[in-house]
Amino acid sequence: MEIPYTVHARPDTGLYNAKVGIWLFLASEVMLFGALFSAYILLRVGAPEGYWPHGWLNVPIGTVNTLVLITSSITTVMAWASCKMNQFGRFKFFHACTILLAMTFVCIKSYEYHDKFTHYEVIFKDGRIADGHIVKNDPKADSVTISGHFVADRKELFDLVGPNGRHPHKEISIPRDQILRMECYGPWHHTYLAIYFTLTGLHALHVIGGAIVIGFLWGPGSRMWKTDRERFTNRVEVSGLFWHFVDLVWIFLFPVLYLI
Amino acid sequence: MHSHEAHHEDAGFWRTYVFSTDHKVIGIQYGITALFFLLFGFCLMMVMRWQIAHAGQPIPVVGPLLAAILGEVAAKGIMAPDLYNMFGAMHGTIMVFMAIVPLAFAAFGNYVVPLQIGAPDMAFPRVNMASYQAYVIGGLIMFVSFFIPGGPAQGGWTSYSPLVTSIPTDGQTFWIVGMVFLITSSLLGAVNFIATIIQLRAPGMTWMRLPFFVWAQFVTAFLLLLAFPPLEAAAVMQLMDKVAHTSFFLPTGLAVGGNLAHVSGGGSPLLWQHLFWFLAHPEVYVLILPAMGIVGEIIANNTRKPLWGYKSLVYSVLTIGFLSFIVWAHHMYLTGMGIRIATFFQTTTMIISIPSVIILTCMFISLWGGSIRFNTPMLFVMAFLPMFGIGGLTGLPLGFGYSDIHLHDTYYVIAHFHYIVAPGTIFALFAGIYYWFPKMTGRMMNEFWGRVHFWLSLIFMNCIFQPMFAQGMAGMLRRMADGGANYSQAKVPGAIGGLGANIIGLNTYILWAAICLGIGQIPFIINLFWSIKHGAPVTSDNPWQATTLEWQTPTPPPHGNFATAPEVHRGPYEYSVPGHSTDFTPQNEPEAPKPGTRIPVPELA
Repeated sequence: MEIPYTVHARPDTGLYNAKVGIWLFLASEVMLFGALFSAYILLRVGAPEGYWPHGWLNVPIGTVNTLVLITSSITTVMAWASCKMNQFGRFKFFHACTILLAMTFVCIKSYEYHDKFTHYEVIFKDGRIADGHIVKNDPKADSVTISGHFVADRKELFDLVGPNGRHPHKEISIPRDQILRMECYGPWHHTYLAIYFTLTGLHALHVIGGAIVIGFLWGPGSRMWKTDRERFTNRVEVSGLFWHFVDLVWIFLFPVLYLI
Repeated sequence: MHSHEAHHEDAGFWRTYVFSTDHKVIGIQYGITALFFLLFGFCLMMVMRWQIAHAGQPIPVVGPLLAAILGEVAAKGIMAPDLYNMFGAMHGTIMVFMAIVPLAFAAFGNYVVPLQIGAPDMAFPRVNMASYQAYVIGGLIMFVSFFIPGGPAQGGWTSYSPLVTSIPTDGQTFWIVGMVFLITSSLLGAVNFIATIIQLRAPGMTWMRLPFFVWAQFVTAFLLLLAFPPLEAAAVMQLMDKVAHTSFFLPTGLAVGGNLAHVSGGGSPLLWQHLFWFLAHPEVYVLILPAMGIVGEIIANNTRKPLWGYKSLVYSVLTIGFLSFIVWAHHMYLTGMGIRIATFFQTTTMIISIPSVIILTCMFISLWGGSIRFNTPMLFVMAFLPMFGIGGLTGLPLGFGYSDIHLHDTYYVIAHFHYIVAPGTIFALFAGIYYWFPKMTGRMMNEFWGRVHFWLSLIFMNCIFQPMFAQGMAGMLRRMADGGANYSQAKVPGAIGGLGANIIGLNTYILWAAICLGIGQIPFIINLFWSIKHGAPVTSDNPWQATTLEWQTPTPPPHGNFATAPEVHRGPYEYSVPGHSTDFTPQNEPEAPKPGTRIPVPELA
């Protein structure tokens, strides 16, 4: 006995099996990201006044990445619609765009990560604090050079949006023996960065996973177009639903992490 | 499915028994693995009971073995407090996530649900296989963690931060990674179950014709689907705390061992508790609902009458499913939450006991006026009812904030939830094994040894857990490696609230009861394996004369399950229908057409 409704919809539910499956899976994904968003809210509400950062992320870059992901959602729909319209060539084109856009997104995201890992807060033994990006950090040399600025109060580092947010940067050379502590803006630096890296990292894993599935359907998996056209179209639809979800998560992530 | 063709009787050993996509094989794989973990978790507990009763004395029999395997923490066969903590944490983890859930949900669900709804297999057979593999990997990671330097997790199955993050060993990291695999396994299983029940019901199998067991599994699957991801998120954050040194759950000013911890701080320990219990309370119902489903099947079959209040049962189970998501903070009354929040959770907690009581009441009323067959499955089920009753009712004082202040974290809590899970769920699981064994193997399990197993289990379960209520009410805290000796009157004479010799003395009594319970399981283990080859062969495909579809298949069911695609014509429990030639009417038996009426065309569900 074959398993029924693998390709055609069951009349009373109006769905084929995989579509029920992916919606259920997405429901659990909502709970997964929902828990992390709840964590974000709790951490933010619990942070002492003035110590939750604003403006640590580059809004224009984030906007570009948002547009990249939205465009990829459009090409995903177009790819599925092409299958429905029996235009395999167009499907290939649109999903090639989806994969390229996904890769663009991941590249931009890695650039942003790199930016955080080269951004240091340096606390001097005399209590002064310098903050900026690393220019020269040769472990053998006895000084470190950053391009940044000094702050009088650590609190200044947390609001880069307000009128005092923009500081002129200059190269500062810091002798190593004056450094009390030097820490980059990694996830350990602040709970904002912890939740930023966790949320966007998990999202990036979803993007990569989705891109692999779409890449498979675009490449070796597309052989099914010749043998079982309808089932192949269903696969494109189901993977597309996942892709839209990944996109939607970013639509929430962007304002939450970049804007507010 | 492509794998479908490649999977017939001649598919070879590996494809048939190890990398099988057949729901029945996967069910049995889950069952055997879970029973192994059940025994393993129980053995951990027996060693711990020795430590509780005779703290600091060498463990007899297995002591030298533990010393040889685990080294320093079991030096000279004496259990160090660290080892006690490890065993305690792993006992809970193993029993909940690797024994009961896989057995109740995955093993029975996989084997029975597709058969009961008249489906050829699960909706996604390969996802099903992946689910089992993820479970095995998760289980292996947990198992391996016993042998890494520093040993396994030792922060309790609840793994509260910052405690577990401050413990410098790697056990907790293994625990988290293992949990991620176990969660993935549950998730894949849950998606598969729900999709199967929605999509693959046979023609005529409408929602209100589903056996109660299927309903119970359906709701359980939703609980796993929606409650586990928050724990997965929490596990990822704890992993970040542990590995990337973030401070999700670490507050500002955290001191470890008297020194200020070198962390950024700003995190919230309460966040972990919320996320953990958001899973772990629905998890309680994951543990109990499949058991209730099994109980319903066996009661209807062995009283030879329909379940009383089928619709009430279904709606109760759905209500429990919904409410179980809004009661979690009753585990956290002592975290200093406000009165208003506590009131909300007390209220929901009391409300959720209503559908539970409805279910239990329906089961009890179902017994009324039945001609009850007292076979082994029925004995276990009959014991389940009062045992679950004790477990449930003793939970009410824990659900109220004011009585919980006294009882929180005492042996009373342990007694309460073990009554639900051990003589409750596990009894139902035993009943299920005895009940469905003939379908799986074509042979019956031995009835006499089944009864021996039942009476020994019933007596000694109660001997173990009943005294713990007294210990808990006397104020004996859980998780203490010395069994409360430090807080005894013997240690601090005249101290107010010190534990009396009678309370401490119960530890010895419980130890021997636990050992006897262990001995009582030997007949079961032998019976289980011996009957596969040597049990009395069944004389029909339907040895219990049951109505549900799993008994209308060949024995054991072949790949694809049914000889002919079943059509369902009636509800699940048409026992003793007046005028019918037998006292049971299978669901797929067509209606006898009345003279002059049109033959009804079965509609799709």
